Amino acid sequence: MAQAAQMASSAPDVRSGRRWNQRTVAPWLFLAPGLFMFTVYVLWPIVQSITLSFYDWNGLYNRDGEFTGTFVGLGNYAELMRDPAFDTSLWNNLKWLVLYLLALPIGLFIAIFLNQTVTGIRLYKSLFFFPFVISQVVVGLIFAWFYAPNFGLFYLLTEAITGKGTAILADPDLVTYGIIVAGLWPQIAYVMILYLTGLNNVAPDQIEAARLDGAKGWRMLWYVVLPQLRPATFIAVIVTVIGALRSFDLVSIMTTGGPFGSSRVLSYYMFEMALGEFGFRMGYGAAIAVVLFAIMMVFISGFIWKMWRDEKER
Amino acid sequence: MVRYAKGAAAMTAALLLSTAAVAQEKRVVTWNADYDPIPLAAAEALIADFEAANPEIDVQLTNFDHEAYKNAIRNFLTADPPDLANWYAANRMRPFVEAGLFADISDVWANNGLNESLASSVLSSTIDGKQYAVPYTYYQWGIYYNRDAYKAAGVDLPGEGGVTWEQFLANCEKFKAAEIDCVTTGSSALWPVAGIFDYLSLRTNGYQFHSDLAAGKISWTSPETRAVFAEFAKLQPYVTANHAAIDWQDAAAIFVQNKAAHYVMGNFAVGVFKEGGMTNDNLGFMVFPEITAGVARAEEAPTDTIHLTSGAKNPDDAKAFLAYVASAEAQSKWNAAVGQLPTNKDATVDPADPFLTAGFQALSTATGGIAQFWDRDADAEYAKAGMEGFQQFLVQPDQLEAILERLEQTRLRLYPQ
Repeated sequence: MAQAAQMASSAPDVRSGRRWNQRTVAPWLFLAPGLFMFTVYVLWPIVQSITLSFYDWNGLYNRDGEFTGTFVGLGNYAELMRDPAFDTSLWNNLKWLVLYLLALPIGLFIAIFLNQTVTGIRLYKSLFFFPFVISQVVVGLIFAWFYAPNFGLFYLLTEAITGKGTAILADPDLVTYGIIVAGLWPQIAYVMILYLTGLNNVAPDQIEAARLDGAKGWRMLWYVVLPQLRPATFIAVIVTVIGALRSFDLVSIMTTGGPFGSSRVLSYYMFEMALGEFGFRMGYGAAIAVVLFAIMMVFISGFIWKMWRDEKER
Repeated sequence: MVRYAKGAAAMTAALLLSTAAVAQEKRVVTWNADYDPIPLAAAEALIADFEAANPEIDVQLTNFDHEAYKNAIRNFLTADPPDLANWYAANRMRPFVEAGLFADISDVWANNGLNESLASSVLSSTIDGKQYAVPYTYYQWGIYYNRDAYKAAGVDLPGEGGVTWEQFLANCEKFKAAEIDCVTTGSSALWPVAGIFDYLSLRTNGYQFHSDLAAGKISWTSPETRAVFAEFAKLQPYVTANHAAIDWQDAAAIFVQNKAAHYVMGNFAVGVFKEGGMTNDNLGFMVFPEITAGVARAEEAPTDTIHLTSGAKNPDDAKAFLAYVASAEAQSKWNAAVGQLPTNKDATVDPADPFLTAGFQALSTATGGIAQFWDRDADAEYAKAGMEGFQQFLVQPDQLEAILERLEQTRLRLYPQ
């Protein structure tokens, strides 16, 4: 009896212990492959980049395979602070960030415009979506020709109107805006598709009710439709902000950062410094990457915080 | 994954076996290069000739895409070095020499009398008194002019000795009146403007100044540098507008279409001009005019080189091949096929090609010296900063002070005084 009591008292212990084990181990087991990939391909490179940013290194190992860099502490960062090219890149990134957000209202406008039932609307929708489907490189080339001096459509247009052609990509003050416009073209299409799917989920009864109450036009859009599009807006802001910060392909294709570096953005400057023909300053490139990462982290943590809050509210 | 690894292992084994089989008969020399089709064919002919003379050696050329090569060489020199690798002379090879990846080949130079036969390239092949490169080709830079554009603007053609700088600028004024760009260039890749700047600098202050400026020994705010920019300012109004947005090939189109009269370029552009329809009848070449009287004439002639790597598995045969590449016979043949100039002074050039003959003439009489080019004489980062300055000056000449100030700061940072 005493024995049985002992067994009875110890059995739940064993069982709860096992259950505790299963409960804690199972999720980690499921997470393990993902965590492994995340560590090897995301976390570890971040640590490596940060470490590298404290070195002055030209990317070469010597004959015996030894690292040839020298430790410079915060030297690369101190240099960044005084580097006018870094200033230009940072400002240009800011211009990208602000102007890229124009994709939201324009995308929303086109989405509302296309959200109707007319014959062939699917074709129109796909045509509007088309720029997002083609490669950024192709977009860059198209716009480079569009702006090209002497034969580009835009150049000829400005020449016909003002008598003197404007070569956007040769003008240090206009070049960044020219590239942003090229980038907006596919970005608007992307935002548009996000809003189109969002509009499908707008509750028709609420629209009906609002209509009965006499809401229309802007007020309908602002007070009834937009609040229901909040999830779509949230995603659109995220992809647009991140798209603006990592803008690289268009700069590389259209101007390679020129004229004299006026269209550089951080990601391109990083590439130029670390891997460009006149670069191979790995440490300095890594320092730029760390700064860009820090800027992105501000936005990313904001988004994560908001998502966390929304989850908790549920 | 495993299957792939097995496959890779099997393939490596097969490769090892096959090279081993070859090695029984021939000793292999591996050579990594970055040739376009025409030079590649010429290099293959060069290898065939060498192998005919040395049947026990097998030279295996691995060709890379030109742009990809710039990155590839940094990997293969450490990971899997070939015996020989293509690269460039002067400062461009310095990082590899300092990391100990290129081997000292002073013995090849000494044993084959290259110090005499390659006299014009000794300096650019030498770092700290040792030779690390075998130069086998170069090409002249200068002014290519369009005779049809001269006719259209009613300007007298330059004579045998070219024109004076005053005459050149006066001609530019006439071309401008005829709505023809006096000097065209496409600077989106930056380096074409460095060619113009280098010549202004070489003609205003001479070779030593160019060399010292590229080495960071001369202040950008010094009177000598300002003198160069003063000449640059005289030329600036006559240069094609919007050059910053176009490539050098686009500018070649402007030149070919008779919309521009002069192009300061390297001889490799002749092929492009001729593809565009120009012939020896309407395409002319002259050396850049003298600016400061009495300054010994120096020319730009970027040199391409082959290097022995430190990790070479067969350095002895590789050196034999390098000696062959340096010979007058090999260089005459290779350069005739490619349309460039041999660096060996005993080599010959095709007398039927007026541009090669003119270039050979210009370089062999350049008493001032042979410059490599701004971006090969200067360190990479300094070179880029300089070229951006030159480009900006051509676009915004009123920003001169800001440009010089920025370049000077870059210089003080890279070369602390």
